Amino acid sequence: MDTAWVALALTLKVAGWATAINLLLGVAVGYALSRWRFIGGDVIDAVLTLPMVLPPTVLGYYLLVLLGRRGAVGQWLQHNLGIELIFTWQGAVIAASVVAFPLVFKAARAAFENVEPTLEQAARVLGLSEAAVFFRVTLPLAWRGILSGTLLAFARATGEFGATLMVAGSIVGETQTLSIAVYEAVQAGQDQTANFLVLVTSISCLAILLGAGYLAPGRIAGQAQRGER
Amino acid sequence: MMWQVELRSRLGNQASAFELDIAFTSDAQRLVVFGPSGAGKSQTLMMMAGLNAPQQGRVVFKDKVLFDSHRGMHLPARQRGLGYVFQDYALFPHLTVHQNIGFALTQGWINPSPAHQDPAIEHWTAVFQLQAVADLYPEQLSGGQRQRTALARALVASPQALLLDEPFAAMDRPLRQRLRSELLQLQADLSLPMVLITHDEEDVQAFAQEVIQVDKGQVLSDSTPSD
Repeated sequence: MDTAWVALALTLKVAGWATAINLLLGVAVGYALSRWRFIGGDVIDAVLTLPMVLPPTVLGYYLLVLLGRRGAVGQWLQHNLGIELIFTWQGAVIAASVVAFPLVFKAARAAFENVEPTLEQAARVLGLSEAAVFFRVTLPLAWRGILSGTLLAFARATGEFGATLMVAGSIVGETQTLSIAVYEAVQAGQDQTANFLVLVTSISCLAILLGAGYLAPGRIAGQAQRGER
Repeated sequence: MMWQVELRSRLGNQASAFELDIAFTSDAQRLVVFGPSGAGKSQTLMMMAGLNAPQQGRVVFKDKVLFDSHRGMHLPARQRGLGYVFQDYALFPHLTVHQNIGFALTQGWINPSPAHQDPAIEHWTAVFQLQAVADLYPEQLSGGQRQRTALARALVASPQALLLDEPFAAMDRPLRQRLRSELLQLQADLSLPMVLITHDEEDVQAFAQEVIQVDKGQVLSDSTPSD
């Protein structure tokens, strides 16, 4: 049953990286779209939300076209940095990131829009720089919304299948995440392996949900509830 | 001259646009801008503080130019050295009273912990008798305590003047009367110039050395009540 543990470790690694990337990018983009109104803002919002509604295979195809050997980005990376993303775990991270991105960015945008502008004004009058206003007032008040989006994104990245399979394939120990391993086991008629994988996946997801529940009513949520006033 | 203010700006949305055209000079320690809601008082105060920029005009405080549209001069709010008390006090809900009061003392990117000590925090906490509630969060305070916290937070930064936006609007009458006299006492003790905006005539009577009456974005009168 080594396959299962290898797949679980890989799944957590891929989902962890994807969540970290999304946390940075999603917060930055969510903040930008919540603060600056500009022409085409709606279009950008819609395009960034697309991964949530498009079939993962379509996303996977886009990523292949972009990152593949003949793709614009893929060629550039290969030439200048010697990096190849297709059929690597880094490719799986990118696929999972793209699929889960809207969950963080949407949540972050809504959370930032809910922060009372007067509170930021108050911090400015008290002498703080714009960066300090963001880290001491805006971000702490938006934190709860961002956290819930981030946990959802982690769950989504953990279960990612379609785009990952197309971009990264199914290489044991390299790109074969839990959801892909289940598919492979069922295809090969290895019922015992499939059963075990499904069990491991279900228990891990349950653990994530319980962990999220444990975080939510505690310290962080307490702060944020005050923040909503 | 303490204040030289000239503000011209088109305000509001398409449905209810109006021209703000306010000009006054004042030497009063206690200046009150008085008018009905929607007269442009809050905008005027925000423009003086640098929270908002008029399209044209000048703001000069004690010979220091804070804003001048002709010279392209717009000193940001954080560099004007003015204290501001917002109408709803705008206390930071995620910070304790103690942290709120000390907010301006640290300019870094991280909020000091609730245990962070500073003589200035102790001083203003004592002046406003907030010791008992120092570890509470703003939502746990009464209206009067909130206003005192907001005042303490503004004064910790040692402002050159204090701007107050309808400071008594959200209070019942007995509390309003008590806090009015507290504010008067504070102004006298610190001899700190204050600008107060209000729609309440009683505030004018209780507080004003000089009154600028505004309506629909225009100055109607500029007078010194004889008392």
